[in-house]
Amino acid sequence: MRRAILILTPYLWLFALFLIPFLIVLKISLSDAALAIPPYAPQLDLAGGWSAIKDFFAGLDFENFEFLTTDDLYWKAYLSSFKIALISTALALLIGYPIAYSMARAAPEWRPTLLMLVILPFWTSFLIRVYAWMGILSNEGLLNQFLLWTGLIAEPLTILNTNYAVYIGIVYTYLPFMILPIYSALEKMDDSLLEAAEDLGCSRTSAFWLITIPLSKTGITAGCFLVFIPTLGEFVIPSLLGGSQTLMIGKVLWEEFFNNRDWPVASAVAIILLLILIIPIILFQRNEQKQREMEG
Amino acid sequence: MAEQPVFAPWNDPSEKPLIQFQNVTKRFGDFTAIDDLTLDIFEKEFFALLGPSGCGKTTMMRMLGGFETVTNGTIKIAGQDMNKVPPNKRPVNMMFQSYALFPHLSIYENIAFGLRRTSMDKGAIDARIAEMLKLTRLEKFARRKPHQISGGQRQRVALARSLAKAPKLLLLDEPLGALDKKLRQDTQFELMDIQEKTGTTFVIVTHDQEEAMTVASRVAVMDEGLIVQVATPDAIYEAPNSTYVADFIGDVNIIEGRASQSGNKTKLSWAEGQPNIIGTTTRTFETGQTCHFAIRPEKVAISVEEPTKAANKLHGKILDIAYLGNISTYHVELPTGHIIKAQTANTRRLARRTMTWEDPVWISFTDTAGVLLDR
Repeated sequence: MRRAILILTPYLWLFALFLIPFLIVLKISLSDAALAIPPYAPQLDLAGGWSAIKDFFAGLDFENFEFLTTDDLYWKAYLSSFKIALISTALALLIGYPIAYSMARAAPEWRPTLLMLVILPFWTSFLIRVYAWMGILSNEGLLNQFLLWTGLIAEPLTILNTNYAVYIGIVYTYLPFMILPIYSALEKMDDSLLEAAEDLGCSRTSAFWLITIPLSKTGITAGCFLVFIPTLGEFVIPSLLGGSQTLMIGKVLWEEFFNNRDWPVASAVAIILLLILIIPIILFQRNEQKQREMEG
Repeated sequence: MAEQPVFAPWNDPSEKPLIQFQNVTKRFGDFTAIDDLTLDIFEKEFFALLGPSGCGKTTMMRMLGGFETVTNGTIKIAGQDMNKVPPNKRPVNMMFQSYALFPHLSIYENIAFGLRRTSMDKGAIDARIAEMLKLTRLEKFARRKPHQISGGQRQRVALARSLAKAPKLLLLDEPLGALDKKLRQDTQFELMDIQEKTGTTFVIVTHDQEEAMTVASRVAVMDEGLIVQVATPDAIYEAPNSTYVADFIGDVNIIEGRASQSGNKTKLSWAEGQPNIIGTTTRTFETGQTCHFAIRPEKVAISVEEPTKAANKLHGKILDIAYLGNISTYHVELPTGHIIKAQTANTRRLARRTMTWEDPVWISFTDTAGVLLDR
């Protein structure tokens, strides 16, 4: 009995807070936009009996999904989001790996402090930190003032409201998610493995590529997914730091909902985004499982 | 049958040592791990570094492997100065205490790892690995990963991997520490066998004196960064050069007294009202000099009747008996308060033992059974 409750709890949670909202969104995506409250039709009217339910289902169709294929804005937005997520993940890996590596190699008494420093930004609201970047990156911002002061540039650089600002924002925000899994993989690594590799004829560099990288692979994979998945649907960073030319599906989604008030199309966009995300999520879970098997 | 020559290159002045420690000192900050140490190790030796933890034995091994730099002095391998040679360029391989097997590679790839770093062609590598797998009886496990085999098998993989490149010198850092006692004993003989087959020079670090005695051709007993004695296992046991070595290796009775020499016999006056202990020594002691008489329990005989023909005999009573199955150790208390351990083989059944607690007994030993030590 207790076992059943323990197993059921997460399923009930998923059912109530994921599956039901998903079904509602799916239903809206199959509806038509309407000038009403809520702004779509048909509505399910259970009081009307069997015929009302039949009418309701007859009113549902895939029109909105078809519409998504007719306007190239949508697939361009998906593609652009994909590209931005991919580049951001690569950048986060390039910056995060050396940080995680030096943390894992630091003296043991320093590690908790370094770990704390990585987590510390989470103590401030995400939104405030993104706004802070606006202050840093704007034409009169701290960065430009500093560069002008050093004499490296004569004219302020335009960074804010470009894709560069989006990359900076995303990499900054999601970097801890890259660092932490890589750090935990590297920290577990036995130093004598590297000595053994050197002893067997490796140089320091080749020992790094042959031993350290393969042994931190699960951490790298986990970190990449943890950055890639949320970045793909990111909305706040591109809308605050990006310009009008920054096309990301999260932003499109928001505009459909709040500017166009076309809930059915917005829902269809969300459903497609979810379907795209399912693939990396499944891959991520397989990676986690593989890691558990390795350790078990 | 022709007499086999005794393997003792350390006694042959024409023999060139494979490893030379020349006035080597190693400091970590203001802690001196190795203090002005000079030592020669010869080809095909199975050399054991023995000592308590913190005595510097692991530091010595890590300096040979190239993982620690020398503060002062020189280490030479085959006549070549090793001080500036990194680990990957030394003709030395090491078997790590933790085995340090690469968890992401199969047993086969672990053994192949060192060979793949050389210019050896693929066929030769495969042949060499097959040879190593056969030597360590691991043929069946080649495709497995390290976490899929037992501790004893992992130990053999580590050995095969470190031997694969046919190093001039193999370093073994507490190689059997993680194995249980029975497996450890079997593996000791296996190690000796492999050492003999491959003709590699082995240097082993251990804190287990039994292990060192079993496998080694020579043992270096270390204490606080110094080598106290280097000798064959039997010489270490029978003729320790100090009470530290005598005490570290096996069980021993140590009696302190004052020496007086007459001819090649030395008398030790050690307690009032007790006869002097007569011993043989090659050392010279000044009359009245403090010295220690060390004797192994198994060289002390115990009897109820007074022995007639013993050079040394003392009377006491049995305080304790440790029954170990094959042997018993009697703790005999002398009237002076000294406790002497005497060991006898249990050739009779326990029920027929003639001596028991509190019995008055005689202990006796010959004048060559013990050693006289000045420190």
